[in-house]
Amino acid sequence: MAEMKFTVSSSPHIRSNDTVKGIMRDVVIALLPAAAAGVYFFKIQALLVMIASVASCVLSEYVWQKLTKQKVTIGDYSAAVTGLLLAFNLPPTVPLWIPVVGGIFAIIIVKQFFGGLGQNFMNPALAARAFLLASWPVQMTSWAVDGVSSATPLGILKEGGTALPSLFDVFIGHVGGCIGETSALALIIGGLYLLYKRVISWRIPVTYIGTVFVLMGILGRHGFMSGNPVYEVFAGGLMLGAIFMATDYSTSPITPLGQIIMGIGCGLLTSIIRIYGGYPEGVSYSIIIMNLFVPIIDKYTAPKVFGEVK
Amino acid sequence: MSILTFKKGVHPPHRKHLTEHKPIEYLLPKQILVYPMIQHIGAPCEPIVKKGDRVLLGQKIGEAKGFVSAPIHSSVSGTVKDVAPVLHPNGSKILSVIVENDGLYEKAEGMEKREDYKNLSKDELIKIIQEAGIVGMGGAGFPTHVKLSPPPDKKIDSIIVNAAECEPFLTSDHRVLLEETQRVVDGLKIVLHMFPEAKGYIGIEDNKMDAVEAVKKVVKDEKNIEVKVLKTKYPQGAEKQLIYAITKREVPSGKLPADVGCIVQNVETMVAIERAVLRGRPLMRRIVTVTGGAITEPKNLNVRLGMSFRELIEACGGFKKEPAKIIAGGPMMGIAVFSIDIPVVKGTSAILCLTEEEAAIPEESNCIRCGKCVEACPMNLLPAALNSFALRNDLEQFEKLHGMDCIECGSCSFVCPAKRHLVQSFRTAKRTVIANRKKS
Repeated sequence: MAEMKFTVSSSPHIRSNDTVKGIMRDVVIALLPAAAAGVYFFKIQALLVMIASVASCVLSEYVWQKLTKQKVTIGDYSAAVTGLLLAFNLPPTVPLWIPVVGGIFAIIIVKQFFGGLGQNFMNPALAARAFLLASWPVQMTSWAVDGVSSATPLGILKEGGTALPSLFDVFIGHVGGCIGETSALALIIGGLYLLYKRVISWRIPVTYIGTVFVLMGILGRHGFMSGNPVYEVFAGGLMLGAIFMATDYSTSPITPLGQIIMGIGCGLLTSIIRIYGGYPEGVSYSIIIMNLFVPIIDKYTAPKVFGEVK
Repeated sequence: MSILTFKKGVHPPHRKHLTEHKPIEYLLPKQILVYPMIQHIGAPCEPIVKKGDRVLLGQKIGEAKGFVSAPIHSSVSGTVKDVAPVLHPNGSKILSVIVENDGLYEKAEGMEKREDYKNLSKDELIKIIQEAGIVGMGGAGFPTHVKLSPPPDKKIDSIIVNAAECEPFLTSDHRVLLEETQRVVDGLKIVLHMFPEAKGYIGIEDNKMDAVEAVKKVVKDEKNIEVKVLKTKYPQGAEKQLIYAITKREVPSGKLPADVGCIVQNVETMVAIERAVLRGRPLMRRIVTVTGGAITEPKNLNVRLGMSFRELIEACGGFKKEPAKIIAGGPMMGIAVFSIDIPVVKGTSAILCLTEEEAAIPEESNCIRCGKCVEACPMNLLPAALNSFALRNDLEQFEKLHGMDCIECGSCSFVCPAKRHLVQSFRTAKRTVIANRKKS
C-alpha cells in the first residue's frame, strides 16, 4: 500500500440526510395547495402577486449578499418561502409594486439586517405585511371575490353584518381575504404534509387553533358562550398563521414547552383582537408580538436535564 | 416482551450487514507488536522490560502506576526490540514497548486454569482482574477493577452487561454474544459472585434477536440473570441511557452509576474477566470489526493487542476503494486516525475505513433553530443554544445550561440539517472549563 492521506476530523463521522434546503423545499411543497387554491379563487392576479413577491424576495437576498460580499444563499429556498408567505398575506387586488416593496423590506430589513437565516427575531413576511398595511392601508384592505368587491368573513362579523358566507365556502376558501389564507382545506393539507415530514411539530398549530376555538366559543362576540368557534377557526388567517407563520423556526421557541406557550399566547392575542380590537383579524399582530417574547420564553422553558440535581 | 429504551436519541443507518453474519476469524500476529503504556483512563504504565529482554506470552511488561491504572502484558513471546514513543490511535506519540514475535508463544508462569472461583473472596477476585489489566472494552477504557470497587456506602443491586452495540457498523459484541455466549455469562456470574445482592442484566438491542435468543438459552436456569431487549436507537449503549432503559433510574448530574446502585460492563470485558479468573489469562486479545465501504472483505477479527491496524486491514483483503477516513471505533464517537501504522489497543473495537463519499464533511451553515438537536439530545440539553455560547466562549452560560452534562454522543451533530459542528464545539468548551477549574 502506498502512502495515503486520511481526513482527520471530530466525530460524528456520519451525518443525517436532512438539509436546510430539503426542509425549505418541503415548506414550499406544503404551501402549493394553498397557492393553487389562491389562483383558483382569485385568478391570474393572485399568481402575478406571488411571482412578484417571490422574485422580489429572492432578488433582494441575492443583491444584498452580493453587495455585502457574503455567500449567496438563495439556493436554500428560504427567501422563496418568505416570498410565498408574503404573497399569501396580501389581498389579490394589490398593485404589483406592493409585493415588490414588501419583499425588499422582508428580506433586507427584517432578515438580513439581523444576520440572515435563523437570526431574525420577527417573521419577515409578517413584519413586511405590517409595514405595508401601515403605509398603504387602502390597497392592503381592498377585497374581492369573483371580481366583485367583498368584505372578508371576519370583516362582516366585526361590522355585525348578516350576509355571512357559508361555512363550506369559508372552509374551501371561496371568500374574500388574502391570497393564501382563505382556503382552510388547502392549508390543512399542507400542514399535514409538514407534520408527516416532521418539519413542524403539532405543538404550535394545535395549541394556537385550540386556544382560539375555546376562547372564541367562551368569550363570544356577543357575550359569554355566544361564539361560533368552528366558523371562527376556519375564517381569516388563522390556519395560515398557525400552521405556517407561528411555526417559523427562527421566530418561535426551540423548547417543547416554549412552543406550547407560543401557541397559547398567539391564540389568546388573536381572540382578544378579534373580539375587542379595532381590526377584524389579529393573527399577524399576535404572531409578531409573540415573536418578541421568544427569547424570554426559551430562557425560562429549558427542559429538565437528564439527571439534573436542583 | 417489552422493549426498553431511553428518551430521545437518533436513528443512524445501522450498516451492520457488512459483518454481522461473519464468524470471528483468528488472526495471528506477524513480527512486530507495539504496546503503548497508555491503553486506559488513568495513570500511564511504566515499562518494566528493557531493550534486548526476552518476554513470554502473558508476561507483564508495563506496571500500573496507582490504583486508577491497568498493567499491560505481552501478547506473544519474543524479544524487546525497543522501548520508545510510538504513534498511538489517539493521535499522539506514547511511550511503548516494541516486541519482536518469535512465533513460539511460550507462556509466562501462572497462566493456569481455575475452576473454583466461588471460593475466592471479592478482594481476591478484584486483585486478579486488576493484575490481568482489564479495562472497559467498549472504547473508554476505564479500569474494570476500579468500577468493581465502589465506595462501601454504595449498595450495588444491578450489574448490567452493555451489549447494546448501538454504534453503526460495529458487530464485535454481537459476534461475541453469539460465539462466546457461555463465556460472557460466566464473566457476569463471577461479577455477581462479588456482589451477591445484585441482579445481572444483559441489555441487547432488538436488531440482534439471534444474540438475544442465544443468551436466553444459556441463562434460562440462572435465576439471577435476565436478558433485557432494548430498542435499536443511538446512544442506547451510553452508560446513563442504558441504566435508565433497564432500571428507569437517572444517574444524577456529576455522579456515577454506583450512585444509583449500578455497575455497567461491556460484553468483551465480561469475556476478559472470564479468561482472567477461570483461565489465568491477562488481557491480551480483543475482537475488532474491520469494516467500511473502502474495505475489500469486511470481517470480525480475533486479534492480539499490539498488532498494527495495517495487518488487520491486509487480512481483510486491503482496500477496494481509496479510503478517505480511517476511524478507530464507530462512526458516531470513534477517533479519526491519520496513519494505519498504529497498534490495536484495549479499546480498539473497530477499524472503520470510509470512502470519500461516506466520509464527506458537509459545509456548515447558519442554525435555523429547527430544534432537531433538542429533539435528539438524550441528555435533554439545548444543543443549539449551547453551540452559540460555546462559539462565543461564554463558558459561564455554557455551564449554566448544563453543557458539562453533555455525553458527547454526537446525536445533535448527526441530525443537524445545517450540518453544524455542535458536539465538536461542546468538547472544546468542556475541555476549557475543566482546564480552568484545574487552574483555579
